[in-house]
Amino acid sequence: MTRRRVVVTGLGIISPVGNTVATAWDNIVNGRSGITRVTRFDASSLPTQIAGEVKGFDVAAYLSPKEARRFDTFIHYGLAAAIDAIKDAGIEPRPANAERIGVCIGSGIGGLPMIEETKDAIAAGGARKISPFFVPGSIINMISGLLSINYGFQGPNFATVSACATGNHAIGEAQRLIEYGDADIMVAGGAESTVSLLGMGGFCSAKALSTRNDDPAGASRPWDSGRDGFVLGEGAGILVLEEYEHAKARGAKIYAEVAGYGMSSDAYHVTAPAEGGEGAARSMTNALRNGRTTLEEVDYVNAHGTSTGLGDIAETRAVKRCFGEDKAHKLAISSTKSMTGHLLGAAAGIEAVFTIMAIQSQIAPPTINLIDPDPACDLDYVPNVARPMTINAAISNSFGFGGTNSTLVFRKV
Amino acid sequence: MENIVQRVRKIVAEQLGVNEADIKNESSFVDDLGADSLDTVELVMALEEEFECEIPDEEAEKITTVQQAIDYVSAHLKA
Repeated sequence: MTRRRVVVTGLGIISPVGNTVATAWDNIVNGRSGITRVTRFDASSLPTQIAGEVKGFDVAAYLSPKEARRFDTFIHYGLAAAIDAIKDAGIEPRPANAERIGVCIGSGIGGLPMIEETKDAIAAGGARKISPFFVPGSIINMISGLLSINYGFQGPNFATVSACATGNHAIGEAQRLIEYGDADIMVAGGAESTVSLLGMGGFCSAKALSTRNDDPAGASRPWDSGRDGFVLGEGAGILVLEEYEHAKARGAKIYAEVAGYGMSSDAYHVTAPAEGGEGAARSMTNALRNGRTTLEEVDYVNAHGTSTGLGDIAETRAVKRCFGEDKAHKLAISSTKSMTGHLLGAAAGIEAVFTIMAIQSQIAPPTINLIDPDPACDLDYVPNVARPMTINAAISNSFGFGGTNSTLVFRKV
Repeated sequence: MENIVQRVRKIVAEQLGVNEADIKNESSFVDDLGADSLDTVELVMALEEEFECEIPDEEAEKITTVQQAIDYVSAHLKA
């Protein structure tokens, strides 16, 4: 059977650097950070008091007050980004081919703030205070569910959950469904919102977060010797994927091709990456093989690059292991997390948007705050200033707790 | 009494996402105002919150119209 080609025809984003693709991309290519002091809750009891919060988001533009009240924030962000992406793709609600349209939007953690608030309500008033919407309002597949209900999309409907690799797994699985004929259009990506006491507190206890509270914009500094952990972010990044001939036939705007998808497992440790980057390298190799893409063809890598001590070194080793020492040094590699922070299950969603925009505009976004590179991190990370360059093929990496790895290959069409 | 009617109608409007002008005292939550089973559970919780009372499940099941909600609250409101 011939695999069908899959292209991207719609983009949507809600992020710490902006709530439209145009705004977010402008901030990214200009190296502007979206990290600030936490405003969402009182973080004074935590060692980390900075985060990449979504700013100026008006849920009323997307949901009725009744819906907004019932569903947790990650669902608000996921729905909003998906609604924008569907609009961008020019797909109307209840289309004639609704049976051929599906949704796969994941989240790493889901409705943690609602779980936290509900526990508080129980403590104050007992079990009677649990809302009948607590379960539907906090479970991870509800973005996919609500979209299918609101738009009448009757095709495949599910969510992926693989910590910080969630978004890539969602987009990759959706691509594969189209490739193998199970759907013609898939809305796919990731959403996350855990800037809450429980969410940030959990990562603080794991010693995963930067404590550079006096310099929020400088806190996420992948590959810099001064890095001290990641910065928690929130938001959603959603793509509309479409079978190539289907997109051409309806005259849709085509952003890029989703050419390949690869996965692997470290089989090593719950939070730490395999030190030699073995698992991450296998993920990239598998994605390139799946996408029938040679090592030489790749121009740009949107790295996982979280700004953690071990992770940034392991990914550097992984790139060398996959591409070989020579080619590894010729790649432009950047971490947009230096500006957005780490959006966990939404990270690969927004980074897919940035990778596609890099191909569209032929500009590699920068890694900001890279002032004094770690000697163990010696590749070209596009330090501090965006770079106009030829980008025909690009990959985007996302790795998660549990040792799960995922890579997507995007190509210029 | 007037105050209770207004407060109940306001809560019904908020909880069910309908205009207060469309709510009549005889309106049924399910048949006239589009509520489903989850909506009605949430509505009763909101009434409990507003009027600081506890409505037992077997009583809650009998509250299916705006008037029944007004009647229940009026009869059980703490002095």
